[in-house]
Formats: sequence, C-alpha cells, structure tokens
Amino acid sequence: MIFLELLTGFLRIGLFSFGGAYAAIPLIREVVQSYGWMTDEKLSYMIAVSESTPGSIIVNMATYIGSAQAGVPGAAIATAAVILPAFLIVVLITALVKKVIQNEVFQSVLDGMKACMTGVILATGAYMILTNCTVRTPAVSADAAAVVLTAVLAAIYFGSRKVRRNGISPIVLICLAGIAGVAAYGWK
Amino acid sequence: MRLLAELFLSFIRIGLFTFGGGYAMIPLIERVCVDKKKWISHEEMMNITVIAESTPGPIAVNCATYVGLKKKGLPGAAAATVGVVFPSFCILLLISFFFDRFLEIAWVASAFRGIKIAVGILIVDAAVRMLKKLPKKAAPICILLCSFGAMLLIDLFSLHVSTIVLLLAAAGVSLIVCLVKRQTGKGTQR
Repeated sequence: MIFLELLTGFLRIGLFSFGGAYAAIPLIREVVQSYGWMTDEKLSYMIAVSESTPGSIIVNMATYIGSAQAGVPGAAIATAAVILPAFLIVVLITALVKKVIQNEVFQSVLDGMKACMTGVILATGAYMILTNCTVRTPAVSADAAAVVLTAVLAAIYFGSRKVRRNGISPIVLICLAGIAGVAAYGWK
Repeated sequence: MRLLAELFLSFIRIGLFTFGGGYAMIPLIERVCVDKKKWISHEEMMNITVIAESTPGPIAVNCATYVGLKKKGLPGAAAATVGVVFPSFCILLLISFFFDRFLEIAWVASAFRGIKIAVGILIVDAAVRMLKKLPKKAAPICILLCSFGAMLLIDLFSLHVSTIVLLLAAAGVSLIVCLVKRQTGKGTQR
C-alpha cells in the first residue's frame, strides 16, 4: 500500500541521513528507485526545485514525492515520517543522554558513518555527472553539449570562489544552468 | 499559550526565509533565537549545531525541536518543528500540483536539462565540503574510499545493496577500530 510505503521509506531516510540535506539524497534516490516512484532525471529536477525553494531540502523533497504519489495525505505522511526520527532523537538526547554526544566511542562511530556518507555522496554526484554527459541510444556515447555545459558551469561555480569569498550561491548556479540549458537545447 | 504561538510563528519565518536548507538555516535560527528572542544562549546554539551534526534528519528540525523543548517542553518542540516545516510543505505541495505540466513546456524542459547538470555539480561540492571536515586519520579515509568505490559499483551495475548497509558497516568498523585503539592505548601507557 502506497501510504505504508511512503511511511517506511521516509522513516528510513529520516533515520539514516547523517550530515544534512545532501546526505539524504542517496537515500532518497534509493527509496524512490526501489518503489519505482520517479526516474533519476525527474529526481534531479526535484533536487534543484528543493534547493531553490525555502526551507529544508529534505522536507521539500518528502512533500513533493509524497504528493506526487498520493496527493495531500501522501505529502503529509512522507513529511511527518522524514522529520519524526530527528524530532524523537533530539527529544531523547536532551532528556536522557546528553553525555553520549561527547562520548569518544560515539564520536568515532559517527566519524565513520560520516566518512561513509561522504564517499556515498561523492559517488552519487560523480555517477550523476557521468550519466548527464552520456547518451544511451542504446550504445553509450558522449553528449558533447552536456560535457561543455558541465565544464563551463563547474568552472563558473568553483572559479567564483577565487573572486568572491563565498562564490556564487547554489540558486544562482541553478538559474545560470537553466539559462544555459535553454541556450543549448533550444527554446522550442 | 502565547509562547507556543510565538515559537510557531518564529519558526515559520525561519522556514520561509532560508534558502538552500541545512547549514544555510543556522545563521537565521541564531539571529532569531539567540539575538532577538533570547530563548537560548550562544553556547547552547553551538551545542545545538553539534547535536544537529551528530543526529540524522533535517538540521532545521533538529534545531527547532531543541529550542522548542527547552522553552516549553514537548508542546513547544512540536510547535517549533511543525512551524519550521510548514512553509516548505505548503510551497512544495503547490508545486507538485503543476510541476509535470510545467515540464511539458519546451523551454522549461530545456532549462531543466541544464539544471540537472548544476545538480550534479552541487552534489559533488557538498561531498567535498564534508570531506574537508573529516578528521585526517587512516580509518575515516579508508572508509571513505571503500564507500565511494562500493557506491559507484552499486550505481554502475544497478546492484541491490542499500546505502544503509554501507553506513552500518562503516559504524561497525569504526567501533572496532576505536575499541582496539583504546585497548592497545591502555597497554602501552602502563
């Protein structure tokens, strides 16, 4: 049943996304793929939309995916499920076990999980860029326009930090990428 | 009751006026909760950041729950958490109703083909930022390389291995490494 799938799927995401918004993306991708809710392509569109709308990226994605699968009740269930673990864990920590956070063993386990998550996010990003830059027809070949766009956008994004301290924001990058997309792939 | 409403409304504002999510929300939370409302001290704010980093889930929710709990117990935590999530929920719900039709417009589809590329770059950037914050020790670096390789293989060959398995394996390995270090550390000290 879809409501149950949304509930368990997003509880899992909420419980294992250590390290903020982008740590949740591999998990969301995995859940979305395992239930066949959305293509990878659509998911990356939604990441951009969630990044460009206010509020927590994880919550934004949960609301959208829940709504797309099962309307308003689906959105409510997915959103509640994704925030519930964070809510309960903070309540527990402040109530009982504040010392746990400072505990050396706990911190090193956490460092291990964060290291793992970093590797997973890096691989997810690398794989996304790889699929963006190739076309399957069905033989795999390079998509020249996408390769050029990737190089130019990456140069602008990372290069801007040399000019200004914080560089351009993700939203500015997304806007530039949208304009570049229209320029490369056509208005009509 | 007034405090509950104040918590709710303040966190709606935080949810509504922060873009980019995650750590991008912390400065506004600090401005509202520490500087303006004086609900928590600056040290507590630092503590919250540590807790948010050490616990799963949206960082904004971690912060809202903590501040709400501190000021008004469980009802306060609920009010602040629902508040911080509320704007996202409404906005994305609205978007979800017309997004598919929006994508059928040719120039929008073109724009999103470009935007997809930006998302790849943003994800790599997020990973690099996390990488810089990792302790420069053998164990985390080994785990990072292994999980990177494993995840690439999972993606390339569409393997059915959950990221959660990787996470739990990493937790297990670091627990063992830490315990072994403690044992040998004690041994050499004596």
